[in-house]
Amino acid sequence: MTAVGPMPVRRVAGGIPLRLRAVAVGAGCLLLALVFGVLAVGGGDYPMSPSDVVRTLLGGGSPAEDFVVHELRLPRVVTALLVGAALALAGAVFQSLVRNPLGSPDLLGFTQGSAAGALLVVVTGGSSAALAGGAVLGGVVAGLVVYVLAWRGGLHGHRLVLVGIGATAILTGVNGYLLTRGRLMEAARAMLWLTGSLDGRGWEDVLPLLAAMAVLAPVVLIGCARPLAITEMGDDLARGLGVRVQGLRLTLVAAAVLLTSLAAAAAGPVSFVALTAPHLARRMTAAPGPNLLAATCTGAALLTGADLAAQRLFAGHQLPVGVVTGVLGGGYLVWLLAAQRKAGRI
Amino acid sequence: MVVMESSQISAPAGPPRKRAENGRRAAALLGSAIALAAVLVLSLGLGARQLSPAEVWHGLVDADSAAYTVVHQMRLPRTLLGLLAGVALGVAGGVMQALTRNPLADPGLLGINAGASAAVATAATIFGVATFQGYVWFALAGAAAVSVLVYAVGGGRAATPARLALAGAAVNAALYSYVNGTMLLDAASLETMRFWTVGSLASAQGETTAMMAPFVAAGLLLALALARPLNALALGDDSARSLGAHPARVRAGAIVAVTLLCGAATAACGPIVFVGLMVPHLVRALTGPDQRWMLPCCALLAPVLLLGADVLGRLVARPGELQAGIVTAVLGGPLFLYFVRRKVRA
Repeated sequence: MTAVGPMPVRRVAGGIPLRLRAVAVGAGCLLLALVFGVLAVGGGDYPMSPSDVVRTLLGGGSPAEDFVVHELRLPRVVTALLVGAALALAGAVFQSLVRNPLGSPDLLGFTQGSAAGALLVVVTGGSSAALAGGAVLGGVVAGLVVYVLAWRGGLHGHRLVLVGIGATAILTGVNGYLLTRGRLMEAARAMLWLTGSLDGRGWEDVLPLLAAMAVLAPVVLIGCARPLAITEMGDDLARGLGVRVQGLRLTLVAAAVLLTSLAAAAAGPVSFVALTAPHLARRMTAAPGPNLLAATCTGAALLTGADLAAQRLFAGHQLPVGVVTGVLGGGYLVWLLAAQRKAGRI
Repeated sequence: MVVMESSQISAPAGPPRKRAENGRRAAALLGSAIALAAVLVLSLGLGARQLSPAEVWHGLVDADSAAYTVVHQMRLPRTLLGLLAGVALGVAGGVMQALTRNPLADPGLLGINAGASAAVATAATIFGVATFQGYVWFALAGAAAVSVLVYAVGGGRAATPARLALAGAAVNAALYSYVNGTMLLDAASLETMRFWTVGSLASAQGETTAMMAPFVAAGLLLALALARPLNALALGDDSARSLGAHPARVRAGAIVAVTLLCGAATAACGPIVFVGLMVPHLVRALTGPDQRWMLPCCALLAPVLLLGADVLGRLVARPGELQAGIVTAVLGGPLFLYFVRRKVRA
């Protein structure tokens, strides 16, 4: 169990330097996400070949193609890209902050908090803008409460996870109650939203998230990545190296909760992307540390891919994307726990 | 069988203290029985139309009395269902906490009710099953599969509270995504399932209760038979073996008992969380850790909690009602958080 002596230096397959490999993984995932996106834009009642799609995107399409691509299908794909990226970034930040690979917003109760806020709006008959607002507010409040309850002279990974699980269980009960209060039509709308779906997204759904990503992603990716990597080695060491740990932590938690809530406002609480994307990214880059950039790109690829699968998997039925990510992600998490147990890490 | 002779498992104590302890336990058992009787009368008497205890009695035995219809048609099936489901969930929680040696074990948190739910959702949407007789076999199969899975993933004998809770949370999330997905594909099943998934006693019918009784009885008998060997198991496998218990057989038997109890309860009234968590904790404070006293006490006190939650739900949200599952989640969640804050230290 306990390793004695110096850790062997890990050799990277093929001898590619770590930094280069991380960039390559990020670029590869981004490319994959774009390919999925083009395929998704091309599919539907008015099928288009990938070359037609690219031509239309570059401005050379017929008016009909322009309408189908720019007004009907592109918003959905852009939402998928952004939601995937935002969730993955938030997940990577949380996993690094709590130093626990399982500390994702899904398990910590924020997503259920967003769901509760949004459901409250649906039941009281609010507009879709109010729904998004409710989701953001619910997520932020739940995040705050979990953080405060788990704080006890410091943040301990397992306690945060357990408090999150408890909060999730309570909120699930509250959500179930809210769901039974509405009429069937409202309940169906709420249910679809709760599962996480990208159906019928327009540009007005994209914009808030786009703005948030434009501001928060550089802050986190450029401003906080290095201090975060240093903080992973321990608070004292980080302080010694000049990192203001508490300030960093507060900034990152605020950014991650905002990203999660806005993603939930745009597409509903899509489960498990925030958990799985950083893991997959770490596996691919084989680099230590939070791997923020690679995780972000992986998340975008994951969600566009899942949405593509959700549209095509059952002919005639469009599954909401949250069902695909939930079932796949849950399975992945179970496998992960089994693997970690074998390795004696948890 | 796994019975062993002699050997007091509980802490060694002199005869006078022993007698005092047994007296206290007998008092706890008696008190629980009285509380149960009181709650049964309340559950029969309170609701949209209030009945005094005397009226309840007349309604029960006298076919000509005014209250006969109310009591027999509406309140009695519901009360009996709550009684059986409460017994099942409480005893299952007690057995699970003993089996996993984990104070945070609960059939709802560990995903066993979710397994039963997923199986029932499959039965309802894909196979078109709509009766309890049809549900129950699916629920049992789902509960069995998940209990084995969570126990194995959570680490079996080496399980820690955090690991088991995580495995349960993962399974919960994955299975509820699946349940939501099946509901979304079929509006008719959404209409019934959205009430079923919060956990409610409102759908009670006489036949359901009668069908459920044998499963609960079998699970209860098995659990009580395992009380002694579970005591032995609490001392660790080696000590248990030297006391004449077969750890593997005891574990298998306990999983069968939990499956029977949870599967039947979930099939009849939907997934209800936290009853299995709260009651054993309360009982342990009253009787001490001896399973031979704990399990009967759980069987008496758990229905008090469930029926109490049901009555409370009927009273606070008049003229509508709050489902029992929601009341238990809202009451039990904070308790869970309290245990987490107390037990898991940094």
